Amino acid sequence: MLGFGAERLRADMNRLLALLFHQGVLDEQFLQLQQLQDESSPNFVSEVVNIYFHESEKLLRNLRGLLLDREFSDYNKMGIHLNQFMGSSSSIGAKRVRNVCVAFRAASEQSNRPGCLRALELLEYEYCYLKNKLHELFQIEQQRILAAAVRYPPVQNHLNNP
Amino acid sequence: MAKNVVFSRLRRLEKNERLEDDLSSSCDSHEVHVLAVDDSFVDRKVIERLLKITSCKVTAVDSGRRALQFLGLDEEESSVGFDGLKVDLIITDYCMPGMTGYELLKKIKGSSTFREIPVVIMSSENVLTRIDRCLEEGAEDFIVKPVKLSDVKRLKNYMFGEGREKSQDRGFNKRKLQETSPSPSPTSSTSPEPSSDSSSTSSPSKLRSPTSLNSPTRRFKTSNHK
Repeated sequence: MLGFGAERLRADMNRLLALLFHQGVLDEQFLQLQQLQDESSPNFVSEVVNIYFHESEKLLRNLRGLLLDREFSDYNKMGIHLNQFMGSSSSIGAKRVRNVCVAFRAASEQSNRPGCLRALELLEYEYCYLKNKLHELFQIEQQRILAAAVRYPPVQNHLNNP
Repeated sequence: MAKNVVFSRLRRLEKNERLEDDLSSSCDSHEVHVLAVDDSFVDRKVIERLLKITSCKVTAVDSGRRALQFLGLDEEESSVGFDGLKVDLIITDYCMPGMTGYELLKKIKGSSTFREIPVVIMSSENVLTRIDRCLEEGAEDFIVKPVKLSDVKRLKNYMFGEGREKSQDRGFNKRKLQETSPSPSPTSSTSPEPSSDSSSTSSPSKLRSPTSLNSPTRRFKTSNHK
């Protein structure tokens, strides 16, 4: 019965992943990261993603700080932050976030402040959604690992001892 | 895998296994050493893992300046005292604050000690002029980010030193010419196999195995620097 739980959790994970792919939230680069995870580096994906979260939140704070400053005019600096955000998003497969960055950057290159503000809002929204979903994914995975571990108790030995 | 057996790099590549890098193994294990340069922490983590999984030793630094320091090229042109830390390949991001990847490339190719080291440029921007500029300056290859396992596996062809397989895989990554975004519509075949030669975005000109010896495409460019 516990084994059954692990299977179901795996199905839940796959379903969530499929949804995120379907929504365009994640792309194949995320799968690439998963493939880099193995016994020698069992937490690779969550490690990278947590670094991404940390950096992203810093970037978002910077962007917000820049834009909310009444005297703001340094669109160049904004572009630099956006490039960083775009790059790291692309590296983990965060497709929608990356795409909003692209639009944001376009507005920034036109010195379009209201456009930038709108883009920032959208960016924060997409980022939040991504973060929540990835947390959910990691949670399911943790549960699945636990359930799978319990699945193979020492009971097996009884079968080998006549 | 027995750690003390010396494998030729060719055989290692043919095995195509995921060997884990053993940092405690002796320096004469002929393990390829890659210097990775990227200001993004996320990207450093990823490239480091990609390289380790293809059995490379990795040193990852966050700037061109630090890369030069590591090589001993910073300010003083002191000769390398890094016995076991010889660098077989440098892979660098293009866009970095301070010194760009392009500037780093020029410094390396301008150094008599280090210009033999193949340099690969990574960039998230798919700009042809940028690519051409780097290749003209002597870059071995240009990879459009995000970097994948298939990209890194291809790089191993550049890292043979003396025993080098000549001329194969000089075709640079034309993948970028066929895509504008990192993710085309994911078909149901987006369960990528890292050892597979055909990802949904690869171009036919993307050479892979050391067995294809017949393409001298870019060889002439790098030979000018020798």
